[in-house]
Amino acid sequence: MILAIDTSAGTAVAVVDRDGGVLAEKTVADTRRHAEVVGTLIEAATTEAGIAPGDLSAVVAGVGPGPFTGLRVGIAAARAYAFGAGVPCLAVGSHDAVAFERLSAQAGRTVADAGGRLDSPLVVVTDARRREVAWTAWSGLDDDGLPVAVDGPALVGPALLDEATGASSGWPRTDPDDTVVSAGALGMLAERLFEHGRPFADAAPLYLREPDVTPAARPKTVSQ
Amino acid sequence: MTETTATSTRPPSAAAPVVLGIETSCDETGVGIVRGTELLANVISSSMDEHARYGGVVPEVAARAHLEAMEPALRAALAEAGLGLDEVDAIAVTSGPGLAGALMVGVGAAKALALATGKPLYAVNHLVGHVGADVLRDDGSDLELPTIALLVSGGHTSLLHVRDLVDDVELLGETIDDAAGEAFDKVARLLGLPYPGGPHIDRVAVGGDPAAIRFPRGLTLPKDMAAHRWDFSFSGLKTAVARWVERRRDEGQEVPVADVAASFREAVADVLLTKALAACADLGVPRLLLGGGVVANARVRQLAEERCAAAGVELRVPPLSLCTDNGAMIAALGAQLVSRGRAPSPLDFGADSTLPVTVVQV
Ligand SMILES: [Zn+2]
Repeated sequence: MILAIDTSAGTAVAVVDRDGGVLAEKTVADTRRHAEVVGTLIEAATTEAGIAPGDLSAVVAGVGPGPFTGLRVGIAAARAYAFGAGVPCLAVGSHDAVAFERLSAQAGRTVADAGGRLDSPLVVVTDARRREVAWTAWSGLDDDGLPVAVDGPALVGPALLDEATGASSGWPRTDPDDTVVSAGALGMLAERLFEHGRPFADAAPLYLREPDVTPAARPKTVSQ
Repeated sequence: MTETTATSTRPPSAAAPVVLGIETSCDETGVGIVRGTELLANVISSSMDEHARYGGVVPEVAARAHLEAMEPALRAALAEAGLGLDEVDAIAVTSGPGLAGALMVGVGAAKALALATGKPLYAVNHLVGHVGADVLRDDGSDLELPTIALLVSGGHTSLLHVRDLVDDVELLGETIDDAAGEAFDKVARLLGLPYPGGPHIDRVAVGGDPAAIRFPRGLTLPKDMAAHRWDFSFSGLKTAVARWVERRRDEGQEVPVADVAASFREAVADVLLTKALAACADLGVPRLLLGGGVVANARVRQLAEERCAAAGVELRVPPLSLCTDNGAMIAALGAQLVSRGRAPSPLDFGADSTLPVTVVQV
């Protein structure tokens, strides 16, 4: 059983089980209220799934890419929940979850179904704010039904996406205004990665952008 | 979930709850643990060094550092206290004021930790936390109220009237531009000294003449006192120092760094304590409590002792490790709320970068 948390776009929390699939999934699309809603969604998802923290084998954090301030809330929450529950915190890329969900659907499956190969390229594109998008190119699903990344993630202005994506420039893309990250997909992908002995992502957030180095002029009123 | 063992040695009394406090409002990731008014752990992980080359706190750099420091700080605090998470009665976290992105890391972590452990969560005010730190003094003396509190750091310069720690705190005044700590940082940079400015200004001011240059005392003229009796302004002082130093350089003269540092520091200390003691006198409150990182400044402390003694005001200065931003002060304030039977905060609170001091608990 896994608690999955992603705040790379909106706030998404799910409880999943390798055999039982997505037991509960709670999402708030608002991209500015992660800190407000993350606790409520965790509580709602665990309550609906009828689980206690001790029932979990791990917590999974979606590590982006995504706008920093929001992205960090989910990772901080996932790490702290894992610490409190005494289970490991694992990292999975947020674009991985999008590719896993979209490509599984194309193969006629849900994220909870056992997977299989699909050769169908896809470029996942999400909003990165400041007139940029984040993109990752996928060639399809492998024999275990896991998404295969071939390029990215990287940031670029939307107008330069053709140029930046190079070899994958002609591939279908997700619409950054309409690409949400499903915590259910994130959690089920983690279950499959674990099941097939695959590595997880690095724990560090995929910021893809250096911090602005302007010191806070008046710290108490500055935000990202 | 782990059950609390029957052999736990912790007193069951609500008068001394074990509270874990999380503080991430600026550049210190603080996790502290208290039992009532007893300090059990105070772990601080600072990203100050990362900000040094920018001459001030960079919000995004601070927020990134909080995320990485949080779990190690939690582990270290529990180890220092010699407690397991199951022995903690409640969790407290800073909701504001502070840097929004930095606060959100602590808020997200605290909510998840509270849910994973089943502990009640208290979202509290950072500034009132600075006052709350005083209950942790180990000299056996109790915080006496009402008190005037002067809280001065790189992020805030505030004068409070505290009549009750958990439900009667009034903001008398605050800086209308730069925080005092920022002024130290900016003047240090002007003098070619490293960040953070406070300790370096202190260092080079030794042997300098504090009366060598009469720098302005912001908002102390009669017309300003009418509108801003208890407010502060350090922007004009910073500019005055810059002009003075530039004029010297333009004239090809040596800048007397020790005199400039000592005179600048004197101007800051003077205006801080003049206003704080005016508040004590105006409101008839014979107590002044200092908090915030600027309390580390030797001259500020010394002048506070002199002025308070002269005015018959009792001066309280918590230990320095509890004056700079820390989690123990947040835990201490949380413990006061628990002891007073306050209900935990609702789970949907956020980070409020401008949380007013009148809101002690969110
Ligand atoms: Zn502070």
